[in-house]
Amino acid sequence: MTPAIADPARPVIRVDIVENEDVVAVRQRAREQALRAGFSLLETTKLVTAASELARNTLEHGGGGYAELEVCTDGIRRGVRMRFVDEGPGIPDVEQALRDGYTTGKGLGLGLGGSRRLVSEFDIQTVPGRGTRITAIRWK
Amino acid sequence: MDRIPILRMGRTLLVTVQVDMHDQLAVRLLDDLTTMITRTRTRGVVIDISALDMVDSFIGRMIADIAATSRILDAETVVVGMQPAVAITLVELGMALPGVRTALDVERGMELLDDSRHR
Amino acid sequence: MSAHDRNVMPLRATEYVAICNICHGGSSDPGVRLLAWLAMATTTERLTQVLQGSQVQLLADWIKALRATAKSRASAAIGDPELQAQCQEFIALMSAAVGSGNLDDIEAEPWRPVKDFLAGVSRSRGRQGFSPSETATFVMSFKEPVFLILRRTFEGLPDGQVLADVWEASRLLDKLALFTTEVHQSAREEVIRRQGEEMLELSTPVIQLWDGVLALPLIGTLDSARTQIVMESLLQQIVATRSPIAILDITGVPTVDTLTAQHLLKTVAATRLMGAECIISGIRPQIAQTIVHLGVSLGDIITKASLADAFRLALGKLNQTITTASAKG
Repeated sequence: MTPAIADPARPVIRVDIVENEDVVAVRQRAREQALRAGFSLLETTKLVTAASELARNTLEHGGGGYAELEVCTDGIRRGVRMRFVDEGPGIPDVEQALRDGYTTGKGLGLGLGGSRRLVSEFDIQTVPGRGTRITAIRWK
Repeated sequence: MDRIPILRMGRTLLVTVQVDMHDQLAVRLLDDLTTMITRTRTRGVVIDISALDMVDSFIGRMIADIAATSRILDAETVVVGMQPAVAITLVELGMALPGVRTALDVERGMELLDDSRHR
Repeated sequence: MSAHDRNVMPLRATEYVAICNICHGGSSDPGVRLLAWLAMATTTERLTQVLQGSQVQLLADWIKALRATAKSRASAAIGDPELQAQCQEFIALMSAAVGSGNLDDIEAEPWRPVKDFLAGVSRSRGRQGFSPSETATFVMSFKEPVFLILRRTFEGLPDGQVLADVWEASRLLDKLALFTTEVHQSAREEVIRRQGEEMLELSTPVIQLWDGVLALPLIGTLDSARTQIVMESLLQQIVATRSPIAILDITGVPTVDTLTAQHLLKTVAATRLMGAECIISGIRPQIAQTIVHLGVSLGDIITKASLADAFRLALGKLNQTITTASAKG
């Protein structure tokens, strides 16, 4: 993952993901960060949609957790970095999860593969039984 | 409990989505529509999403489910007014929603329903 | 207390004595004792001492040097207060970063504020018309005032020591100067890319053929970037003109690769989601073969050989026909 430097003038926004309405809150915060980073309408839509997918994943599959959203830079470009953290069951087979159509329990798919296509960089760290941490960056 | 209002216009139901929907709200919409279609012997449903600036995989699937369910209940569903950025993003997500009929706006959506009724 | 406690200069007398007694067997000359301390200190500490202890002098010398070397018209565009503010901030950030002890790796965290500042200066100077060299010179010209003050402050230290310090400082400032050049480059590339996009938009106009029928004649090879811009433009026009039908004419496209074909298919899919319909016209035999060969499925997409055919079909879908006016005698 590209080393991304946080912007001290623009703080990290943290959203606890505990219930349904929190997914909406994550979308709204993501939209705000996209605006601060100067994203176009399409770039913003892709970011917010990815944020929604990942937030839902944290809630439904991870049993709840939190998201951290911040405007960042690699020295030249500006972007938005999102982190989704949960202490849920983890993802046993990441490759399979990233393949479209993978479903678990609720039959709704994990939305991971899709959200990966909507961002520039994507990283999953997961330990079965301990939790999952997903980091996604979308550069302008 | 908040719900999305459903407007009845003759044999057609009109739903205008204006809020950022959380999952429960979308599921409730499916339930409410199913109930109303059966109760009012509706022939068509128009869902106006021109105010939605984001549709993710869950909402996309709900829309597809609404279309499929209403068809089983002998009503046609048309989704109108999807924004360009939303359409591009949905396609990127891999959701082309093949079973869902679409139109540019409510007026054309109604025309589409009229046409299919008179076939 | 340690000899590396650089924020406490000058040291208290008792501390001088303590250290100097250890290394110089108790010389009574305070100057010698000071030098003894400084000789044991590192390059970092000496540089930090220069940057923190002589800021006013550094600033004055630097600005004088900058004004002397400035030749371009752009240089005249920077007023004294602005230049002074920039130099002052750079000196302050530098002394904080140098104080971290790491003079080698400017990718490390302590150097971030300096780099951020230089990136900003680089971009704004680029916009003002400065060349990359001029911006790099801004950084490199800082060497002279630093060296002068280094020498003056540490006069009496062995030459080898001073040379080593000068070398370290020079290497550091060179790295920072190169960094400004990189930022300059990428800022320029960004402008070029954006201008390229704008030109692309101009060269692929969306035409309103009829009430409710848009046409997009694509000409030339379609690369990924271009196709995406074209796609966005078409969709926006569909909303703006409320046109249910869009004709994508690819008569002027010589070849199509898998990626382009996928983009076209995505465009068609997005159009449908919005409630409009795409017709693809002008598929030449070679392209038809390529599409089959690539295994790309056009599914339900309607294709017509010519734009005219597509137009006739579009009118039909809108329940309109063109008839010949009857001749009147």
